[in-house]
Amino acid sequence: MALLEVNNLRTVFHTNDGEVYAVNDLSFSLEKGETLGVVGESGSGKSQLVLSIIDLLASNGRMEGSIRFQGQELVGMKTGQMNRIRGNRIGMIFQDPMTCLNGYLTVERQMTEVLMHHQGISRADARKRSIEMLDAVHIPDAKNRIDRYPHEFSGGMRQRVMIAMALLCRPDLLIADEPSTALDVTVQAQIIQLMNELQQEFGMSIIMITHDLGVIAGISDNVMVMYGGRICEQAPVFELFDNPRHPYTQGLLQSVPRLDTAGDVKLHSIPGNPPNLLQLPVGCAFVDRCQKGIPVCEKQHPPLLDIDPTHRVACHLENLP
Amino acid sequence: MLRYSLKRLLGAIPTLLILMTLAFFMMRAAPGGPFDTEKSLPPEIQANLDRKYHLDEPLIQQYGRYLLDIVRGDFGPSFQYKDYSVNELIATGFPVSLRLGLSAIAIALIIGVGLGTLAALRQNSATDYSVMTLAMTGISIPNFVLAPILILIFAVFLGWLPAGGWNGGAVRNTILPIIGLALPQIAYISRLMRGSMIEVLRSNPIRTARAKGLPEHIVILRHALKPAMLPVVSFLGPATAAVITGSVVIEQIFGIPGLGRYFVQGALNRDYTLVMGVVVFYGILIILFNFIVDLVYAMLDPKVRYG
Repeated sequence: MALLEVNNLRTVFHTNDGEVYAVNDLSFSLEKGETLGVVGESGSGKSQLVLSIIDLLASNGRMEGSIRFQGQELVGMKTGQMNRIRGNRIGMIFQDPMTCLNGYLTVERQMTEVLMHHQGISRADARKRSIEMLDAVHIPDAKNRIDRYPHEFSGGMRQRVMIAMALLCRPDLLIADEPSTALDVTVQAQIIQLMNELQQEFGMSIIMITHDLGVIAGISDNVMVMYGGRICEQAPVFELFDNPRHPYTQGLLQSVPRLDTAGDVKLHSIPGNPPNLLQLPVGCAFVDRCQKGIPVCEKQHPPLLDIDPTHRVACHLENLP
Repeated sequence: MLRYSLKRLLGAIPTLLILMTLAFFMMRAAPGGPFDTEKSLPPEIQANLDRKYHLDEPLIQQYGRYLLDIVRGDFGPSFQYKDYSVNELIATGFPVSLRLGLSAIAIALIIGVGLGTLAALRQNSATDYSVMTLAMTGISIPNFVLAPILILIFAVFLGWLPAGGWNGGAVRNTILPIIGLALPQIAYISRLMRGSMIEVLRSNPIRTARAKGLPEHIVILRHALKPAMLPVVSFLGPATAAVITGSVVIEQIFGIPGLGRYFVQGALNRDYTLVMGVVVFYGILIILFNFIVDLVYAMLDPKVRYG
């Protein structure tokens, strides 16, 4: 049984301008120990996908479909029951460590409360375990620094604290929503390396959201490319980089700046804007920006095809002889 | 911290000086004097009175004398309450107003924060709308309407509580005036609290707390309350100073011997020393409570530290 199985997930937000379709009929599964990278532009629905998984949608959002975690259905689960899973079996790291920790509480308070709540251990024991976890994410002098407030840590250190906090209960699944985006490039690399290291140590599965393909290459087993709230391509990481099938994936890969190209080559960019999630086109969501479009793309949404057992693409071009 | 406190208190001196100067000269600029009555006094008596209270001296000399007296902590004799000094009037009136005011503020804080949080948690629900309607009503009904209504209901119709009087400070006599003082504050605080709580609940740290699977009461009490309290704390400083120095209207309607009435009576009677006394006293309290607000801020928010 897969650790996480998402089937026909649909996440909709009710706004004054109408229904916003953030995640549309999305299905995938995640194995134990697997790292899935989720790539996409802003507004592709990748963040709303993971917020759906841990039931943290904004109050105007609702979801349909099925999310099964360790065989348990999460869609429609009561908050009290959900609270036994999130922070415990599923850990979450957010994008901006500057604002995601609570600036009014010490790191110690923010960490110990997780263990005390989920495992019912004493504060002293929780403190000891928290210090061990801070050591594991390489926070120097953790024994003393645990009593500090978040603003007394640098950005990279704060993200390490976030990671330590998410891993306190040794979750089976760690969700990281652009964990390195707000950090310096060198610190980014350290954080990614740290996550790799921690995964080897703790053996959890990871869903890593990012728009940085370099990050994906560094950590993922499989990559899922999202566009307009749908999967447009999913494949093992090297397969995706070597053999991208969807025009959007190809565009993304060409848009990565490279050191080995001549200096006068202009960096590729995909023209146009992401689709309006208020009014998704009837056909392929990417059709307006696609340079290889054929007539059927306008009329019909391309189904997600398995072109080999591990590689899925949603593109009409795959059906051409 | 100690150095900061000292600096702040020393910094208050120029403010107080400006306040005293303005109050002194504005009071003197107002037409009429403390001993003007319908019949004019015989010139000899007027001269005697003026001499006794140093009103015959040049204004600048009176001002200097006044400042020196205040430095010694002496607000001078009241011109109207003949046998009393201003210090004595404040000393008898203030404890009464202080007791009513502190009780009112404490009640307003607890109920206001509670109602505001409740409204924020049930945003756009019936609970929210009723709390906010109540708050709006509380803000818009002036206390000279509110107090008689309270008296009508609880004293006249139900007969549970006395309609007025101090009765040596019996608890029964203080209940209605405290409610009268607290209701408008409850209204302000609950509105403030609702607004800031809604904002805090949408913030990233709260999302993190939820992602950690913490139960709702810990999310609210431990994670959201402190940041959400900050605007309320700012409001409480000046509000407390105003409420503990007494409300003219409430004290008049309930017949309470507090400090509030001296503000109005002193001004109407051109009781120079009394007006100056209460103004300076009020000024000191405002400065003191704003200082306390800053200290509470530092307690709530670790990013605020005073060196």
